[in-house]
Amino acid sequence: MSDALYQQAIKNLARAAHGAGRLEIPDGSALRDNPLCGDRVRMEITRHDGMISTLGHDTRGCLLCRASASLIGRHAIGQDQAGIQAAQQALEQLLTQPDPPAALPWPELALFVPAHPFPSRHGCVLLPFQTLLAALKDSDDNA
Amino acid sequence: MKTGFDPRMVRQDFPFFSSREQPYHYLDNAATAQMHAAAFEAMHRHDLENRANVMRGNHRLAERATTAYESARQVVARFINAAHASEIVFTGGTTAAINLVAASLGSQWKPGDEVVVSQAEHHSNLLPWQALQARGIVLRVLPLQVDGCLETEALATLIGPRCKLVAVTHASNVTGAVTDVAAVVAAARQVGAWVLLDGAQRVQHGPLDVQALGCDFYAFSGHKCFGPSGIGVLWGQAAWLDRMPPFLRGGGMVGRVEPDQADWAPAPRRFEAGTPPITQAVGLAAVLEALMQWDWDAVHAHEAALQQLLLQGLQALPGLRLLGPVDGTARLPLASFSLAELHPHDLCQVLDGQGVAVRGGHHCAQPLMAHFGVEASVRASLACYNDRSDVDALLAGLVHAREVLA
Repeated sequence: MSDALYQQAIKNLARAAHGAGRLEIPDGSALRDNPLCGDRVRMEITRHDGMISTLGHDTRGCLLCRASASLIGRHAIGQDQAGIQAAQQALEQLLTQPDPPAALPWPELALFVPAHPFPSRHGCVLLPFQTLLAALKDSDDNA
Repeated sequence: MKTGFDPRMVRQDFPFFSSREQPYHYLDNAATAQMHAAAFEAMHRHDLENRANVMRGNHRLAERATTAYESARQVVARFINAAHASEIVFTGGTTAAINLVAASLGSQWKPGDEVVVSQAEHHSNLLPWQALQARGIVLRVLPLQVDGCLETEALATLIGPRCKLVAVTHASNVTGAVTDVAAVVAAARQVGAWVLLDGAQRVQHGPLDVQALGCDFYAFSGHKCFGPSGIGVLWGQAAWLDRMPPFLRGGGMVGRVEPDQADWAPAPRRFEAGTPPITQAVGLAAVLEALMQWDWDAVHAHEAALQQLLLQGLQALPGLRLLGPVDGTARLPLASFSLAELHPHDLCQVLDGQGVAVRGGHHCAQPLMAHFGVEASVRASLACYNDRSDVDALLAGLVHAREVLA
């Protein structure tokens, strides 16, 4: 059952590491740890008119965490806080609720459906989103 | 006492194994061991027939509950060869036991007094001492050898005249390395310091002799030695316990209470405020009684043979890095390792799919992980009921996991 979690598409997404790297002068940044395993995600962003204009992340984590961060790297540019929150809420719903959302703001979120039966891994998937939302708040605080 | 040891027979005493429809290779015994039937039965019978609070009432149920609870204290004393049952304090677990000692002794220490721990400690034997730094207590950390064993030769220089206590693991929950307790005790005694041993891992592997160890405090948990969770033991030399102030305050631990002051019952009661884990104490005693009937030389031979299989099998896997000593240093039958660049959580997930339970993470020992230069590892920990099929399943599972995660 757990092998389905590691389908080729999610491995490819993790390896692509979209958005990996650091920004020279971010508007907001955040660093979050997974207390279970010591995984760590750093998100840095710049914003223009409320939208994320550049993003860099430094992700040291399991395959699911890295795939999640890579997904953010692929889709977050051009999103505002509401867009990121909508993506996170959809992800939480498909991880924790019996029925996945009718529509997903980012189609690749569906790759994480096989993580549904494994609550201990939900934190791995959500950590990059939580870190990005904290970076958005940090940029608000710095504005 | 029975002679010889057959893990297939022992499994019959652990209901977990007969409750499984599919074989499941449980190799996470260092986190929690499966519970012995004696504990299940004793707790069920106690709650059915003798359930009442202890050391309070005088109706027949209260009398029987108190007798059962105090009898449990005596069984624990025999299991660890304590001089007297009054040296046994029931706690919620190892963590609670160490916090008790840290808070109680720490309240008597003066700024500038020192406590020594090692870099190999579980967070439970580090954070309670770290907290004392806020009161000016100096925390000194014993370095490690490359293989994670305590650098006991550094003790002589690390333990100074202000050292009050040395608190170290009896056996590492990450490497399994067994501490050279004699060296630690000898160094501590040079300055009159006390020694606390974190026995959470060691207790699963047979009866102890705290008097022979020469330490002053010993802490362990019920769920690590095939008993229930929610109960632990602090053993302390009677002379020390009676000089220590209570940690928690409440019912059942007093001499007399007046509106503005109180005095305390003698140990161990002064350290057992509130209703203690009565049923769990009864369950713990039942399993320790059972363990004392085993032929532990035979059990240790079985565990050592399995450990050898485990270590040899792991070391034969390309890209596997074993954390801990491999040079014949005394160690418990567990192994922590990393495999190539694969993340421990991913490995554990795939292994679970193969019916193998192991632990991935930092094992609540982040300073030790830092010593090895890793954030996390996989840990396979063997218990008496494991056999060759469990080791074989792990090794085959790792080969499969490497293919799945590639």
